[in-house]
Formats: sequence, structure tokens, C-alpha cells
Amino acid sequence: MNKPIRNLSVFCMVLFLLLLANATFLQYWQADTLSSLSAHPDNRRIRDLQFSRERGAILVDGKAIAQSVKSKDRYDYQREYPQGREYAQITGYFSRDYGEGGIEATQDAILSGSDSRLFVRRVIDLVGNAETRGGNVSLTINAKAQDAAYNGLRKLGNNVQGAVVAIEPSTGKILAMVSNPGYDPNVLASHDFAAAGKAKEKLQQAKLQPMLNRAIGLRLPPGSTFKVVTTSAALKAGRTPSSKVPGGRSLDLPLTTKNLQNENGESCGGDKITLTRALEVSCNVAYGWLGLKLGQDKLRDEAEDYGFNKRWFTDLDDDTNRQATSVFPSDLDKPQTALSAIGQFDVAATPLQMATVVAGVANHGTVMKPYLVDEVQSPDLEPLDKTEPQTLTKDAISPADAAELTDMMVDVVDKGTGTTAQIPGMKVAGKTGTAQSAPNRPPYAWFVSFAPADDPKVAVAVLVQDAGVDRDEISGSGLAAPIAKAVMEAVAGQ
Amino acid sequence: MSESAFMGFVHRRRRGAELFLLVLSLVVGVGAYACVGIGTEGKVPTDIIRYGGWLTLLIVACHVTIRLTAPYADPVLLPVVSALNGLGLAMIHRIDHARNTDYASSQLLWMTLGVVLFIGVLWLLRDHRRLQAYTYTSGLAAIVLLLLPLVPGVGREVLGARIWIQVGGLSFQPGEVAKLLLVVAFAGYLVVHRDALALAGRHVLFVDLPRGRDLGPILVMWLISLGVLVFQNDLGSSLLFFGLFLVMLYVATERPGWLVVGTAMFIGGAYAGYLAVAHVRVRVEGWLDPFGHASAAFQLIQGMYGMAWGGLVGRGLGEGSPYLTPLSWSDFILPSFGEELGLTGVMAIILLYALIVERALRTALVCRDAFGKLLAVGLGVVFALQVFVVIGGVTRLIPLTGLTTPFLSAGGSSLVANWAIIALLLRVSDHARRPPPEMLAAESDDADATQVVSLR
Repeated sequence: MNKPIRNLSVFCMVLFLLLLANATFLQYWQADTLSSLSAHPDNRRIRDLQFSRERGAILVDGKAIAQSVKSKDRYDYQREYPQGREYAQITGYFSRDYGEGGIEATQDAILSGSDSRLFVRRVIDLVGNAETRGGNVSLTINAKAQDAAYNGLRKLGNNVQGAVVAIEPSTGKILAMVSNPGYDPNVLASHDFAAAGKAKEKLQQAKLQPMLNRAIGLRLPPGSTFKVVTTSAALKAGRTPSSKVPGGRSLDLPLTTKNLQNENGESCGGDKITLTRALEVSCNVAYGWLGLKLGQDKLRDEAEDYGFNKRWFTDLDDDTNRQATSVFPSDLDKPQTALSAIGQFDVAATPLQMATVVAGVANHGTVMKPYLVDEVQSPDLEPLDKTEPQTLTKDAISPADAAELTDMMVDVVDKGTGTTAQIPGMKVAGKTGTAQSAPNRPPYAWFVSFAPADDPKVAVAVLVQDAGVDRDEISGSGLAAPIAKAVMEAVAGQ
Repeated sequence: MSESAFMGFVHRRRRGAELFLLVLSLVVGVGAYACVGIGTEGKVPTDIIRYGGWLTLLIVACHVTIRLTAPYADPVLLPVVSALNGLGLAMIHRIDHARNTDYASSQLLWMTLGVVLFIGVLWLLRDHRRLQAYTYTSGLAAIVLLLLPLVPGVGREVLGARIWIQVGGLSFQPGEVAKLLLVVAFAGYLVVHRDALALAGRHVLFVDLPRGRDLGPILVMWLISLGVLVFQNDLGSSLLFFGLFLVMLYVATERPGWLVVGTAMFIGGAYAGYLAVAHVRVRVEGWLDPFGHASAAFQLIQGMYGMAWGGLVGRGLGEGSPYLTPLSWSDFILPSFGEELGLTGVMAIILLYALIVERALRTALVCRDAFGKLLAVGLGVVFALQVFVVIGGVTRLIPLTGLTTPFLSAGGSSLVANWAIIALLLRVSDHARRPPPEMLAAESDDADATQVVSLR
């Protein structure tokens, strides 16, 4: 019986070798994949580890808006957001069971310390037997502008739906970004996971979508604020601020029985008015006519120069929010072109897009790409990487045309529809907008502006989607402009 | 089976070596226990003296028993078992600490019971050949034990498998004891009928297939295994019993044809099981694509995460999170070791099991009587198959089945049964390694011949 026993021994040896090889495969070859959160987000061991680690801070003007503080429970650190609601849409949240959002998500590698730029740091920590620490992320946000934007929106009511974006025209730095209603990320970061889970569920089901970052994710008809783009196209096509355009009561739209009316049904101050006057009073008839004259291609080209129909902002891409592409539609017939020229029909823009448009005008026609992460730093605040400003479009309009458009927009604030944005001792350029998305719901109030007009330091877009006020009280000038004014004062008044 | 090569060779007792290895194994076991305390609470557990003392007492009792009753027994088996049992206790204690349970104390109690049984077997059973008289008794007992969980009121279904019995507050997995009884029954049966079963039938390709009329026993065993699979939903035991019978049949008859027939039957049965038993299908699908069946394969995935997290050297005892894996203290105790002791620890444990199997097969090789040979082969193969099925299952080498990891898993029936298996192995190996009195008489008789006489 010994021969079978010897064969059997070989067989058993093969079985054990298989076990050894398989264990090696699992614990050596596969280990990295299995332990990577991106491949296996449900790996609680890794999540727990990251959750417990000292994570870097998110800084605004050197002050932390997200930080890890020592914790006494079974995790070593607790993530804390000192001004949770005000910055929620930017910082995002850091939870154990629901992943991350906002900057917490997009800058996770730096914040958690796994980024390659922190490699040397990690080796030093390893040798010194110190815990891995995350690097810091410093944002472009200007705390005063953010405060002004946040307080301005909240003044309209805690449940007002709206957003504010402020940009530094010369660089594209985002100086303020607020979306309301918001949420408190501290609740999601809580170590009371049951409570965090309930809170997350409630936030996701809430009717007002508090987790939606309206500044980048909500796309609505920009209404009259889009006339800034139409004016750009007109100036580019050779018209001047003093060119005459029709300003009557209504414009006969080709192919339809409908006429295009002005907002109040009145004329814009004569059958023939200047382009400056048309912008000042936001004359729909004039701009509808301009749209027909320019044609859809010129309008679309101009809109795309300002960033429409493209996605270029990824600093906040996470599971729930990402930049919605602002749209200038294609294949328009004539009436649709006329409506599009005044920011209606299927034209849709995010507040970030409209801020980018006016920032481009403010920056002498060159559109800078907006960005939010200014600098990444080592745990000891040494700079690792600073974001270089990037041009989105060089000369969306020429500097000369930009100067003319600026003057026209200054007139809007000085004596037109945007007087509520006036700042004593400072020239402000702006444009109001009141847009309709559906006949049966209240219109949206927009305001876009920049200041000082002669040396622009800040460009702002304000959207008030629904403030819960009566229909006839809704206007860009009444609701949105005062917020823009406060933000501009906060930046340019410094 | 000429043992002429061994005739001039006298095995030494090697009890001193065993004692030395036992000390090492205790260092491993008690050391692991201390490490768990340091890893979880930052200090050596306060009851380390009591615990270490008790463990030492048990192991020393085993050692003394071997010295007195089986002086020529294999010196490696007991230290390996002692190390494994100690490691298992430490890990169960570690999981207890995280989950606020107390499996470790009951495991220590079961180990004590196992050791008592071990000592009992060695004292009472002075010659393993006496077991041959109980061939059919143990076969019958094994079948009764296997059927018990199906009896209403006694049987209990745990996690889809109906392999438990509960009497009063005590629950027990009779399959663990059944496998020991089956080895005895198979060995006894085959030693008598092997000549008939070895007769060649039709010749196909390179193998002689068995005769059709001899297929009876293997068919019966096949049906029993299928029954275990279908009625108890226990894939692991089913595979274990049939594999055991097949291997012992092959060793007894020296006919590879049986392997061909048996493997074909196994594949047929396994496929039928796959089609007929939902439980089996779930396991196979979870094995092929665990991440596509994340909830059904939750355990498996968690175990894999744990092992991957452990990497080459592990997080350290008490420093990982093995408790995240369901059943991390029993069926999935190996991934717990993988997480905290790393690939290094897993390899060491697999090699310890390999050593047990190697020692069993070596005993079978040198054993002079056919019954002893079959007994040792059977016990070794049961071990090898069980370890392969359970470790292969939790590391996703093969579909997951519910078997315990010998000596590591928390679970009384398994622990006690395995201690008895080791006692039997030691008994056979003592007999095998003891210098035969015939050698002194310098008889030229064939060793086999004398044994056949002693059987009847």
C-alpha cells in the first residue's frame, strides 16, 4: 500500500502548495487593489484608517474651515468645520460611511497624506515612526467676500434658494461661492454614525436640495444678464455703443404670430435708441432684433468664448456635485435665436458661468479659468504646489470693445436697472436679469457685476432662484443686486 | 509492501525533542495571548499566569501520557497541535475583546475536554487494531450521527446548514465526530475487502476500471455524501466524506481506476448539487464573482479585505480589525490571522497543518499492519482535505463551504474530535515506530503474513 501513500503524499503537497500560492496571491499581489478605496469603497478597514488619521486642514486666508481635532473615542481624530454652513458647498464633508464631498473629495490625496507630492514627507514620518499626516489645502476664497455673500443670501430667508459666485477677474480666483439652502457638514462627519446616516438620508430627500451646490450645479436661463454676451457679439461684429437699434413696444418675430415684448410692455424710449440705452433699460425688443441680425452662430461663438457648452471647472467634482455645462443651444430657428439673445428659450447658465462672463469683460476681454484651490501645502505649511492662473479664452472680445462694454454696464448701474448696486465713490459695472423658466413658476432674479469698473478687483454673479416673495417683487435689481454690492464692497473696499 | 528497508532501522523515542518543541509551542501560544493583551489594552493580560499555567498543565499532561503509554509515538504531532491550539485561543480571545463575547473561556474548556479525551484514548486504547472489531459499529454510529441533525426537535439549522444538534443548552456538530468514526469504519471494511475490490475490470486507456459488481460500496458512500449535501446543505462535509472514502479505497486497493470512477461520480454529484441546491449555487456564484454578489459573498469579501490589509507581515495581534468579518472567530479565523499576522503567519499555519498531514502519512508508510496504515492515511487525509476545503474556501481558492479550521476555530465538537484524531494517530505511530519483537527473534517471516494472522 505504500505506493498509493507516496502518490497521496504528493497530492497533499500539491494541495498545500496551492493554499500557500493562493494566500500569497491574495496578501501580496492583490493586497494593494483590495486595500484601495477607489476600487473597493466598501472596505471598512481602509475607511476606518483614513477616518482616524490626522487629515490636513482646508484654509481660507490662513484660517481653517475644515480641520482634524483630537478625539477621545475609538477614532483618533474628529473632522470639524468651524463655519460649517457657510462653507459647506466648498469644503464638502468627510464621513465614514458616505465618503467625501467637495474639496474633501477632490483634494483627498493631499488631505489624507497619500499624494505623491507628500512622498518624502511620508518616508520621514515612517523613519521617525510618526503617524502619517495630511497636507493642507489653501483656497482662493476671500473670507470677507464669502461672509458678505453668505449673509446677503441668508438675509432673504434661511430657505431662500440661491447662489453667489465672486471671481477675481485678472486671475480667475474664486473669491466667494455660496449656495443656499446649505447643510452642516459637521453632522455628516460625526462619529455617531447612526445619526450621520439619518442626517444624510434627510438631506438627500429634502425638497430644497440642500446638498446641491447651486453655484456650479444649477443651470437656469440667465435672462437679461445674457445681454452682456449678446452685446459682446454685437461689438465684435462692428457695432458701437452709439449704434442705433429699434426700441419700440414690440418686435415681430418671424415665422410666428407672436411678438417679443419688453418686460413692462412699454417702449424702451423711442423707436430708435442707442445700444447703450438698450442695455441700460434691458430692452428685449432691441436685443431680440440684435439676435436676429447677428444670427445664432455669432451668438453661440461668443457664448462659447465665455465658457458655454464646455466643462472646465473640476475643483469640486464629487458624487453629488459637478459643474453643470452651461448651454447655448444649437439648430435654432429665427424666433428661437431672438429669444436666446435675451437669455431665454433653452439658454441656461450656472452662476459660476455668469460670473465668468463678467469677469472676462472686467479682465479686458480675456477670460481666465476660475479656480478654487490656490495652494497645496505640506503638514508644516510649506508650499508644495501653487495653482498658476490659466486663460480660458484670450480676447473673447477685444480690450477696446471690453472698455466700451464696461462703460455701458456702468451706465446700467448709474442710471439704468441696476441702481441698487451703486457703491459711493466707486464705479460699478453691472447687469440685471429676471428670467422665466416656465410660465407657472416665479421667475429667477439675476445680477452680474464687477467693481471698481476702472480697475476691476472682483466680478460677481448672484442668482436668487426662489426667495418666497411675491411675483412682482422679484427682480434682479431688488433681490440680487444688493448682495452683489455687499460682496464687491467686501473685496474692493479693502 | 516490503518493509525490508526499515527492518534494520530502529526508531528512537525522541521524547526529549518533543518536550523541547512543546516548550517552543507554549511560547508561541502564551506569547500570542500576551501580544493580544498588549495590542488591545496596552498591557499584558492580568490572567496570563492563570491562562498560561492551565495551558502548560494540559500540554504537560499530554506529554506525560505519551511518555507512559506511547513512548515511541511521533514527537512532532503534539507540539504542532499545541501551537495551533494556543494560537487559536489567542485569536478567539482577541475577537472576544472586540465583540464583548466570551468564546475563549468555553474554547479553553473544550480544549480541556479534548485533552481528557486524548489522554483517555491513549490510556484505554493500547492497540489500535482493536478498533477493527468495531468496523460496522462505528459505521452505523457515524450514519446515526449524520442523521441526527435531521431529526426534528434535536437538529438545528445554522446559517443555512443543518449540521447541528442541540440537547438542552449544549449544541454539537455531530459531523466532526462522524468523520473520525468513518475513518475507522472505512479502514476496517477495506482491510477485509480490499483484495476483492482490487480485481480489475475493463481496461480503458491507461487504467483498469473496477468491476461493475464491486461498485456497491462506493455507490453507497456517494449517496450518503449526496444526502449530506442535499438534506443538510453541507457542501464541505459532503466533499470531505466522499474524498476520504475515495482516497482510502485507492490506497487499500492500489487501483487508480477507483480514483477515475470516484472523480467522475464526484463531478457528476457536484454538478447535480449545483443545479439542485440553491445554497450551493449561491456559494459558487459568490466564489466566481464575489464583488458582483456583494451581499451574498459579504463574509468572503470581508475576509479578503482583512487578509489584503494584513499584507506580508500583518497589522500585529490586536492591531487589526478582524472582527469586521462575520464568524471571524470560527470559520473565518484564518483571515483573522492573515490580517494580524500577515502572509507570514498564514504560511506558518498552513505549514503546521502540512506537518500534521506529513506526519500522518509517514506513520502510514512505516506502519506494519494494513489496518493501521489505512487508519493513519484516513486520519491524515481527513485533515488535509478539511484544511484545504476550509482555507481554500476562505481565501477564495475554491467555493466557500462551512467547515471548521482544525484546532483554531472556536467550536467544541471540532476541537474535541480533532484531539481524539491526534490521539489515534499517536497510537498508530507509537505502534509503527516501536521496534517489533519479531525483529529481535530474527524471524524471516514476511511482516504482512504475521499481521494477517493477528487479524483473524
